[in-house]
Amino acid sequence: MAGGNFEKYKSDGSLGGNVLEWVDARFPATSMWKGHLSEYYAPKNFNFWYFFGSLALLVLVIQIVTGIFLVMHYKPDAALNAAGVPVAFASVEYIMRDVPGGWLIRYMHSTGASAFFIVVYLHMFRGLIYGSYRKPRELTWLFGVGIFLVLMGEAFFGYLLPWGQMSYWGAQVIVNLFGAIPLVGNDLSILIRGDFVVGDATLNRFFSFHVIAFPLVLIGLVAAHILALHETGSNNPDGVEIKEKKDANGIPLDGIPFHPYYTVKDIVGVVVFLMVFSAVMFFAPEGGGFFLETPNFYPADPLKTPPHIAPVWYFTPYYSILRAIVWNFFGLDAKFWGVVAMGASVVIFAALPWLDRSPVKSIRYRGPITKVMIALFVVCFFILGYLGTQSPSPMGELISQICTVFYFGFFLAMPWWSRMDKFKPVPERVTVK
Amino acid sequence: MKKFLIALLFAPVLAFAAGASIHLDKWPGSVSDKASLQNGAKLFVNYCMNCHGASYMRYQNLTDLGLTEQQVKENLMFTSDKIGDLMMVAARYDEQKKWFGAVPPDLTIIARARGELGNPGAGADWLYTYLRTFYQDTKRPTGWNNVAFEAVGMPHVLWELQGTQVMNPETHKLELAVPGKMSPAEFDKAVSDLVGFMVWMGEPKQEFRQTLGIFVLAFLALLFVVAYALKKEYWKDIH
Repeated sequence: MAGGNFEKYKSDGSLGGNVLEWVDARFPATSMWKGHLSEYYAPKNFNFWYFFGSLALLVLVIQIVTGIFLVMHYKPDAALNAAGVPVAFASVEYIMRDVPGGWLIRYMHSTGASAFFIVVYLHMFRGLIYGSYRKPRELTWLFGVGIFLVLMGEAFFGYLLPWGQMSYWGAQVIVNLFGAIPLVGNDLSILIRGDFVVGDATLNRFFSFHVIAFPLVLIGLVAAHILALHETGSNNPDGVEIKEKKDANGIPLDGIPFHPYYTVKDIVGVVVFLMVFSAVMFFAPEGGGFFLETPNFYPADPLKTPPHIAPVWYFTPYYSILRAIVWNFFGLDAKFWGVVAMGASVVIFAALPWLDRSPVKSIRYRGPITKVMIALFVVCFFILGYLGTQSPSPMGELISQICTVFYFGFFLAMPWWSRMDKFKPVPERVTVK
Repeated sequence: MKKFLIALLFAPVLAFAAGASIHLDKWPGSVSDKASLQNGAKLFVNYCMNCHGASYMRYQNLTDLGLTEQQVKENLMFTSDKIGDLMMVAARYDEQKKWFGAVPPDLTIIARARGELGNPGAGADWLYTYLRTFYQDTKRPTGWNNVAFEAVGMPHVLWELQGTQVMNPETHKLELAVPGKMSPAEFDKAVSDLVGFMVWMGEPKQEFRQTLGIFVLAFLALLFVVAYALKKEYWKDIH
């Protein structure tokens, strides 16, 4: 065949070499391997916080693989079986009892859902403290916020599928929230449910979203997130741009090839993560009632509202913000403003690259204001999360309002407090302990 | 500022203190006691399964309690003769709804459903308390009330065994007015066996799960040593 494509990789004459030469003339196998792994130069000073990106990818794979097997046995059907139990609910227990190894697959998936959020929250926190969202990585950050939003949708849809009491009433409460939107609200919530109440139509469309639509978008966004990252190169705990100091061959002086250095390092992270994951999955699969909520062991009953409807732990901070808004503004119901605040509390992360005006990226070279603000933000996040698991109380409402004000204050006042803060000179090169 | 932070720290404690609930007796049993589980299974099929199903369970799974299929068929199967059948109630659920006003809940995973946030194992304690705190109450249509489940719809099906308890209006404590076939200690043991069976039935693979978990963690610990050594080897020239 004529053409220059054969020049990209010259076979050494071995069988493998010949195959690779054939492939490389038709598909960028070697160049992708080099560009993203063996010749992708990552800063050599990554610390503990840098494990969570690869771990998020691992959990995504766990969820997809276990999900494939669950779909083989799960039935999205709200009709009652001969014992008077919804078929969907009974099919989950069928997986837990009659499908060989089904209990393990199901626990991997349910533990994986919570693990996904733990890992992603830690990954986002890393971005927050080291300024990974700042120029030139704004798009990486935006794709990441997109991943987070899609992940929340994915988790929300998936939680309906076991068709337990919390699945049912959680979905009912959240979908009803859309009803608070003026003019279109009611029609919108009917459109989402496919019915006037959460029912079989809702279960089937949520199943479709959960296994097809959202995972597809999620994988696309993850690819975009990684491609954007590899275009700019990774940030690091010092917030130093390693591409500014290169050797004669154009390789960053502080960079090391991702493969093999970070692949072998990430394997250690993966093993430690799997130990924690297994400890929960094998010895406390309910995660203390936080990963699998106990009321969800009752099948969905549209006629019996549970006394306390709480979302799963990873949604509780936003749920608290929703409940914290109790005032009507501009003739619109408090519920509507609660929905707006809840939505804003998630989407506001996208504005971070433009809110942060500090001259330095990393918390290591920033002053006390940044450290106190971030610490208080984390405290607020935890308190909001805790309160979201509890029944409403006057004291809880007041505390959640204070935390909500701080939550938004953290972001909205950032242009001022980030500029006001003292900062230390950033070193020329990365520091390694 | 300091006061504000202290208030924040104590907020969860205050919120916790608000939710007081009834005292639950600790379930004294264990799911590894096979004889106790077998006795619990016998009590379950004799006293509970007249109204309540365990429709996610197959009779066949009862062989995990150390019984042969023949023993299960002869002692524990009254509504079916096929060992692979689900443990269903003889009556249809829609007929039950007509008779009782509500379908008696399926009990396969009741021990898990009765767990609490922060303590999923509390379901066993609740069941152990509930089944022992029925008392006579002429104001109720069934003639029975319950300390753990106020205005419960279910009558005291174990009354022949326990006898009749009444609520002392002054001390608000239960007293045994008419003794049953069993002494209080024997009855507590029987209920403990029954609860044990329900805890086991909630997840029949729970003991195997933990055993497997130990092997998996041991394997991962070994893998960690190898992975860590590999990382050290590769990274020794990075400074």
